[in-house]
Amino acid sequence: MAVTFSATARYKAGEHVALFLPCYCDVLFPYVGQAMVALFSRLGIALEYPMEQTCCGQPAFNAGQWDEARTLGARFSRVFGEYQWIVVPSGSCGAMARGFYKYMDPESPAAAVGTRVYDLATFVFEILGRTDVGARFDGRVTYLEGCHGKRELGASAAAKTLLKAVRGLDYVELPNIDECCGFGGTFAVKYPELSVSMGQAKCTSIAQTGASVVSSQDSSCLMHIEGLIRKSQPSTSLQFLHLAQILAAT
Amino acid sequence: MTTAFDRKEVARAFQHPSASGVLASTLERSVEAAHRAHDQVEWEALRSAAHDIKAYAIANLDTLLMQFETQFTARGGTVLWAPTASDGVAHLLDICRRHGATSVVKGKSMVSEELAINEHLASAGIEPVETDLGEYIIQLAGQRPSHIVGPALHLSRQDVGKLFATKLGIAYTEDPEALMLAARTRLRARYMQAQVGMTGVNFAVAETGTIAVIENEGNGGLSSSVPPVHVFLMGIEKVIPRLADLPIFLRILARAATGQKISTYTHHFLGAEPGKTIYCIIVDANRTKLLADPKTRESLYCIRCGACLNVCPIYRRAGGFAYGGAYAGPIGAVITPQLAGMERAGELPFVSTLCGACQDECPVKIDLPHQLVYLRHKAVDGGHARSSVINRGIAMWARAMQDLSSYRRSVAWLRRAAAIGRGVGWYPGVLGAWARNRTLPQPPKQSFKEWWERTR
Repeated sequence: MAVTFSATARYKAGEHVALFLPCYCDVLFPYVGQAMVALFSRLGIALEYPMEQTCCGQPAFNAGQWDEARTLGARFSRVFGEYQWIVVPSGSCGAMARGFYKYMDPESPAAAVGTRVYDLATFVFEILGRTDVGARFDGRVTYLEGCHGKRELGASAAAKTLLKAVRGLDYVELPNIDECCGFGGTFAVKYPELSVSMGQAKCTSIAQTGASVVSSQDSSCLMHIEGLIRKSQPSTSLQFLHLAQILAAT
Repeated sequence: MTTAFDRKEVARAFQHPSASGVLASTLERSVEAAHRAHDQVEWEALRSAAHDIKAYAIANLDTLLMQFETQFTARGGTVLWAPTASDGVAHLLDICRRHGATSVVKGKSMVSEELAINEHLASAGIEPVETDLGEYIIQLAGQRPSHIVGPALHLSRQDVGKLFATKLGIAYTEDPEALMLAARTRLRARYMQAQVGMTGVNFAVAETGTIAVIENEGNGGLSSSVPPVHVFLMGIEKVIPRLADLPIFLRILARAATGQKISTYTHHFLGAEPGKTIYCIIVDANRTKLLADPKTRESLYCIRCGACLNVCPIYRRAGGFAYGGAYAGPIGAVITPQLAGMERAGELPFVSTLCGACQDECPVKIDLPHQLVYLRHKAVDGGHARSSVINRGIAMWARAMQDLSSYRRSVAWLRRAAAIGRGVGWYPGVLGAWARNRTLPQPPKQSFKEWWERTR
């Protein structure tokens, strides 16, 4: 896929950048947030973390419970309203803020604030204009595509470009990379048979790559795939690392 | 919609997808063939053009349909309007009675499946004869189509061999050509006997009154040309403005559907030939509901190519019957709830990861994943979503997320629940559904918020 730069404004030194950390990352994967802080600090940006942030409302939006989603969208716009740049280590939560607030209510404050939200890969590659982030990571790495990041945000090429530019990293493309891993939020527990069957196909593809590390911009998809692999192979040597963790590594 | 739709059956089917993988690999190959065919042309430009023409056509449906009626009538045809499914059936039965039909030969038509035309003809004592090979097979088997383009996709050639041996009394064979010839021989006679032929419509041109019917087997040509009466059956969304628009659709439809450059037969019907009576039944059957709502309108752009089914990871595993109606896959999950009623089919939009592969594949670029999530919202609003622990849990979660202190309390509670579950080796409800096949991640002692507060 050709990598194209959009006409978006570039980041100027000294501007404030807020970290929007998915709520499940706060609790389950705090090291993703820590990696974001370390990575951006190396890039000369002191991330700010609005402590009031909770959940962007995506689970409610996806479940059709839009009243709840709207309330949380309005809250999001209050918590993040003062920031010109908002960066999130998730394609899925990024799509909620950037795309779905607008889809629900094009004129809402949430939709307006949402236009300032970028996923990690897009922010670093397009807004900062960086390809080499000064990372070093030794290992064979494959990339698990998050569907929202790819299709709603167009973040796929940026994420892969950043990974390939990491020193020591041997990037191997996942076969059938475009096919959904089957996580799908509550889908994973509402239709577990379908979800697991889709996940197992993804595990087979991962095995074919010979990668020692599976990376993704979405900890949720990683959690699903890691959970499947660890359940059947508790002593697997595979590592599951968020894109931020690899880009932060030196 | 008058086809059977059993809510419980649908839920069960999605809970027990096929593990064989045969369907998935068949569909993978057909997507690969489609992609090779896309590469022969300026695919993205054609998709955009087709999308724009459909957008215009659907936005101007009222005037275009009237224009089509005027043209079709001026060339000796009769247009019959069917606001409801039963109006469509009644029109067809009237025509059959008027012309003394005892049998109807039928080309492939999804609207016919939607209206359950075969059942209605049979109960009126008129024999419906499906002439498309796939439709012929499933009619013999007493089944519904499982795919928009390949109705008998769920059957292997061994299945068809056994079916033909039983139903047609021929010696068992699994040779596709021999099976095809057995069907062909029997069908030839039926064209001569039938007083009425019926086909679907791929495109109805408002400018000229032309109807384009696209097929691969020649059965559509025979069904339309041999009997003295030809009935076209179409949904209101099939109209396009100009004859010049047609080539764009001819180039994308076959490529998206089967990976062909163009279908084997493209029939252009322009008015009634001498000695021939032609009718066009134009069916609404709740399509105006899709039209009235700007967020679902795009689903009327569909050209019924089946590409969204082929690429859908859910369809690949669950198969077509799981969707419970005439239309399966992502497009079925979008239109069936509106056509058949939210109260019956409201669950369908929920059976999706919203991955969006369908939209990438759609030759007219319908925003299927967004419509799916919008219909979830409509189902919830109308009280038609399956009330579940998950929905209540999300509502509770959303309330807890409205301030930081209740967020912290919820997190603490979840931590305790996870720790207890880990201790006893059992998790309730949704956690259990997760943990049956997947390990649950263990929350580290310190959340990011706690780390941030301690280090800043």
